[in-house]
Amino acid sequence: MNVLAFLIPVSLILGAVGLVCFVWTIRSGQYSDPEGDAARILMDDTPPEDR
Amino acid sequence: MTATACPACNAAPAAERVAEAAEPNMMLSVPGVTCAACIGTIERGLAQVTGITGARVNLTNKRVSLRTDLPVDTVVGQLSKLGYKAFPLDAGVLGQESDPAGRDLALRLGVAGFAMMNVMLLSVAVWSGAADATRDLFHLISAAIAVPVVGFSGQPFFKSAWSALRVRRLNMDVPISLAILLATGMSVYESLNGGHHAYFDAGLSLTFFLLIGRYLDHRTRASARSAARELAALETQTAERLDGQGRAITVPISELAVGDCILVPTGGRTPVDGTLQTPEALTDRSFLTGESHPVQLISGASVSAGEINLGAPLRMVATSVGEDTTLRRMARLVEGAENARNRYTGLADRAAQVYAPAVHLLALVAFLGWILISGDVRFALNVAIAVLIITCPCALGLAVPAVSTAAIGKLYELGFLVKSGTALERLAEVDSVVFDKTGTVTLPGVSSIAEELTETEKSVALALAQNSMHPIARAVQTALVDVVPAKLSAVEEVAGCGIKGRHGGVDVFLGRGDNGLTLIIGDKERSLEKQETLRDGAGEAVAALDAAGLNIALVSGDAPSNVSAVAFELGIRDLAAGVTPDNKHRLIERRQSDGQRVAMIGDGLNDTAALAAAHASIAPSTAMDASRNAADVVLLRDGLHDIPTLFRIANAATRLSRQNFAIATAYNLVAVPIALLGFATPLLAALAMSTSSITVLLNALRVRSAK
Repeated sequence: MNVLAFLIPVSLILGAVGLVCFVWTIRSGQYSDPEGDAARILMDDTPPEDR
Repeated sequence: MTATACPACNAAPAAERVAEAAEPNMMLSVPGVTCAACIGTIERGLAQVTGITGARVNLTNKRVSLRTDLPVDTVVGQLSKLGYKAFPLDAGVLGQESDPAGRDLALRLGVAGFAMMNVMLLSVAVWSGAADATRDLFHLISAAIAVPVVGFSGQPFFKSAWSALRVRRLNMDVPISLAILLATGMSVYESLNGGHHAYFDAGLSLTFFLLIGRYLDHRTRASARSAARELAALETQTAERLDGQGRAITVPISELAVGDCILVPTGGRTPVDGTLQTPEALTDRSFLTGESHPVQLISGASVSAGEINLGAPLRMVATSVGEDTTLRRMARLVEGAENARNRYTGLADRAAQVYAPAVHLLALVAFLGWILISGDVRFALNVAIAVLIITCPCALGLAVPAVSTAAIGKLYELGFLVKSGTALERLAEVDSVVFDKTGTVTLPGVSSIAEELTETEKSVALALAQNSMHPIARAVQTALVDVVPAKLSAVEEVAGCGIKGRHGGVDVFLGRGDNGLTLIIGDKERSLEKQETLRDGAGEAVAALDAAGLNIALVSGDAPSNVSAVAFELGIRDLAAGVTPDNKHRLIERRQSDGQRVAMIGDGLNDTAALAAAHASIAPSTAMDASRNAADVVLLRDGLHDIPTLFRIANAATRLSRQNFAIATAYNLVAVPIALLGFATPLLAALAMSTSSITVLLNALRVRSAK
């Protein structure tokens, strides 16, 4: 059962990493324009200023 | 936790740099943006303009945000060169962040999901037989996760419950909050005292599932900005004030005072109400009247804020400013009507009014009953909490949002954008439909031109029409879309009359004549019939709605003869002509106070108040921003064919919501006696909760097969 002392923190930390990533996606506005982001994947990669 | 301090953020610094490089300071509404190609055209086109950086299109909100020091007019001009009509929005009024409430809910949802999964892992161990010290440890770890998370993620429910209790009312959030708080509180006590049953997982999954319902509900309304706020943003932000020497100085509108002399350039909007000083002027009042007839004004005429100057630059003296202008008064009218509609009690809230007291009573009876029987307060409290958790399954919180999300998804495929959560319920209750005429069932058109004119006449007419912003000129352009325009010289707009020029050595003219719209080439004069065309599918829609037993009426600000012609063609007997915006609003209110439930279908800014006052409202996508925002449903396709389908799906969705309530109640009838008898365990609670939620969700999906 000693392995629990190791596994429980590991599972909590992994969950926390996922949560932190989720918080970042919210803060960087990745849910603010779902339709536009779906369309942007069809566009050229070259940013306008490199042309 | 700040964005910069967390390690995950630094893992993707590229995205942050992009965001920092261009904090936008200007926002424009661009209704014409529809696809990936538009995004590319606009962003690439604006990037080539010196002085504009970081142009970014938001396709969902149909907006462009950018950073620039150029005046707004220049940017609007650049966009119209790219082929997009743009309207400046006041970023301060709309707020920079697109949807703070949605972000907030998503964050709480994410935190609750994280905690629920971790606690569930620990709970599975307890259910499968962990005992003694291990069980106590797992309970304590669960408590350490659950208590702060419930405190954070449960706030939307607690706040809503508290605001209901403060006015001595019960809503669905009261039993929800009570169940979450009591389950967590009692479980903490049990964990500290080595008890067998802890309901941390139940409390958290309740929070999580209900937040999903809340988030779905919010998403369906996310695109709905308050119409009143859009109206305010429509106002021009700066004005040209003339000083004593007649020089124009650009000042913010807030600095204008009564008595100021203001210059309005061609194509500009009048900033405040006032009286005209220039001998004559031509303005488009369509935002007030809905009918796009330009109005000829003479010196001393009164002008209201928001009119578009179609002729030469005009001068006016301000008579009312700020909150007193016509535009602001209309915004207040819309705001009032919206508030009235927000008081509509949805199906879920009505169910809660019956359900909440019953649940509390049942839990109280269980508590008192078990104290009498066993004398064990701790056990009695446990039973009461089990009753609260089992009777408050997520099914009830999910029943309505799940159905409306499925129905709204289905309607989106059919070309309807449904913005309000309770719109479907309200549409299902409607018993009469009021159509606006111009722009809704009819489109301005000059349909006969294409057949009657010779090729030369067509090309001259088009070339002349291209030089005017007049609505009729625009209709001529639409009718002659595949014609090559002729070469003209000395083109000049004759205010209030038409456009003249020279072509091939003779004078040409397009504009007002003795018999309506006239085209003159040299000494040849042609009268062009101006007529409206019915929107596609208007006839079918009216016939189908009539067959479905709805009363249908036609309302318009137009002249009686035009209105009755259209009504006759559509087979509508109930009509009202020459109605002002105020009266449209009052007409809807009068019908509703007579006990009718009215659905309003309209497009103009003049319909906005009526749209907001109606029991349910629909606007075509060609409508003004403000009307689209006041409406519950926006019609994305051109035709009206599918309007009857909208009503049918709304009916099906409401029926399914009721079914879902019945299913949730049936689960309670089975599970509640078990809980009352004291046999409920955390495992049973978790099972009852998830099975009823899944059944309700699956049932909700059936709306997609509704015809």
